[in-house]
Amino acid sequence: MSEESREPIIQLIDVCKSFGDQSVLENVNLDIFEGTTTVIIGPSGTGKSVILKQMMGLLKPTSGRVLVFGQDLSRISKRELQAIRMNFGVLFQNVALFDSMNVFDNVALPLRERTKASEKEIRQNVEEKLALMDLDGVNEKYPAQLSGGMLKRVGLARALVLNPKVIFFDEPTTGLDINKSNEIYRVFYRSQLRFKYTSVIVSHDVPRIFKLTDYVALLADRTIVNSISPEDFQLSKHPAIKSFVETTMGPIYISEEEEADYYEKI
Amino acid sequence: MLARFFGKLGHEILYFLETTGRMGVFLFTCLLCLVTPPYRIRAIIRQTYFIGARSSFVIIFTGLFTGMVLGLQGYYTLRKFGAEGLLGSAVAVSLLRELGPVLTALMVIGRAGSAMCAEIGIMRNSEQIDALETMAIDPYRFVMVPKFGATILSLPFLTFIFNMVGIMGGYLVGVSLLGLTSGAYFQGMYQNVVWDDIEMGLVKSFVFALIVVWVAASKGYHLHLERSGGFGAEGVSRTTTSAVVMSSVLVLVWDYLISAMML
Ligand SMILES: Nc1ncnc2c1ncn2[C@@H]1O[C@H](COP(=O)(O)OP(=O)(O)O)[C@@H](O)[C@H]1O
Ligand SMILES: [Mg+2]
Repeated sequence: MSEESREPIIQLIDVCKSFGDQSVLENVNLDIFEGTTTVIIGPSGTGKSVILKQMMGLLKPTSGRVLVFGQDLSRISKRELQAIRMNFGVLFQNVALFDSMNVFDNVALPLRERTKASEKEIRQNVEEKLALMDLDGVNEKYPAQLSGGMLKRVGLARALVLNPKVIFFDEPTTGLDINKSNEIYRVFYRSQLRFKYTSVIVSHDVPRIFKLTDYVALLADRTIVNSISPEDFQLSKHPAIKSFVETTMGPIYISEEEEADYYEKI
Repeated sequence: MLARFFGKLGHEILYFLETTGRMGVFLFTCLLCLVTPPYRIRAIIRQTYFIGARSSFVIIFTGLFTGMVLGLQGYYTLRKFGAEGLLGSAVAVSLLRELGPVLTALMVIGRAGSAMCAEIGIMRNSEQIDALETMAIDPYRFVMVPKFGATILSLPFLTFIFNMVGIMGGYLVGVSLLGLTSGAYFQGMYQNVVWDDIEMGLVKSFVFALIVVWVAASKGYHLHLERSGGFGAEGVSRTTTSAVVMSSVLVLVWDYLISAMML
């Protein structure tokens, strides 16, 4: 886990979001600190993806403010927003690779479109990222030819390719079996150690995800209850958190010895 | 009762305004991106090849039969007035002014317009457009501009092919089958076809190109905002169908309007 500094780089302040007359989020407050990992958990269909999309400026809050690097996303120009997004990497819930391009071109796309890198530098960078993701020999394959776990890793390679400061993960392991999820966690851990990015993860994979995260934020009743460390989370007296912990993890929370330093070993 | 009726009417009007406004802004943004640097020449050429190659066979085929049926019908109609010699110009003028641009546009809607709409719709649906935006890649420049450029380039060219093949089709029927002399066929055409005919055809194919790509691209791009529910595979198919219908109708309406304005 990366060391933290108390510098929020993303702040949601009293964010409300509704679609038509359906209110999805109400008064959400959440700080994301530089160099840390924050996991947003909560039942499906409650607005976790909507929170992420607001942080990326893909959706605008109905009211409230979203500050990224101190700038209010709904008050800046398209160009300034693009400049901020140069610091973002995203792994979408359904990966969102371009299905008409092969793996190499998918990962190379941000470099080709956003930088002046030569084709040689691009190749080097892309292959490095793919190797980091344990993906060899898939350069020429098309997304439709890859399995779910591989797709996610290609998606992560693409998210990493511009060396972003922040990476958003929307349900990186949902729908994958234990082995595939472990692969994702392994490459995530490895890449974060290497590039020291801030990460915001939406996940259902409680409690395993707790081992990788600095903060846990529970979305319940249309709002973020709290953003606290996993240890505090599991011991919290807050009724919503307590009921979440009990229903998803059972009365006994995970013990430390189980796969204790599994991720550190790699 | 009445209140509900007017409430619903107001709702419909608002929805209509919202949709048209959105599509208008979309068109404006796309055209602005098309004419301002950085130009995406290579992507446009690649798309042109795609749209052209995808549509050229069907254009040649329909062009040939349209010309042949024009030759056949025209011959028997003109013969009643003893004016078979006008067959060449009748075929050419109908093709250049009306049938060429309209039928080519309708064929391109069927072949390329529907494909564009579905492609962009799927990109929207599977978050590929969101992915572009978060990579700070402008989806207008990356996705829309090549399609706009390619359609605007292809349609006049395909119309030209349609017209040429159509005139050959008329020749086949009129000269080879019905015994008109080749000289009469082309002589009449040469004397009667004027620049205005060609100009009207060009204006039409340019406007139709805009309609085709605008409706297809904008419907696909705004898939998630469709009132009928744009999610999933069904959303894509429904939106594509509505884009095909809407662009076909618009092509015919504008065909009339342009004819009325230019005659
Ligand atoms: N673009 C949108 N338009 C309308 N409703 C939306 C949109 N995006 C999300 N929603 C609604 O917001 C709610 C939360 O969605 P989401 O954030 O995807 O949930 P999850 O927590 O599973 O990621 C859902 O009820 C969904 O229908
Ligand atoms: Mg989600």
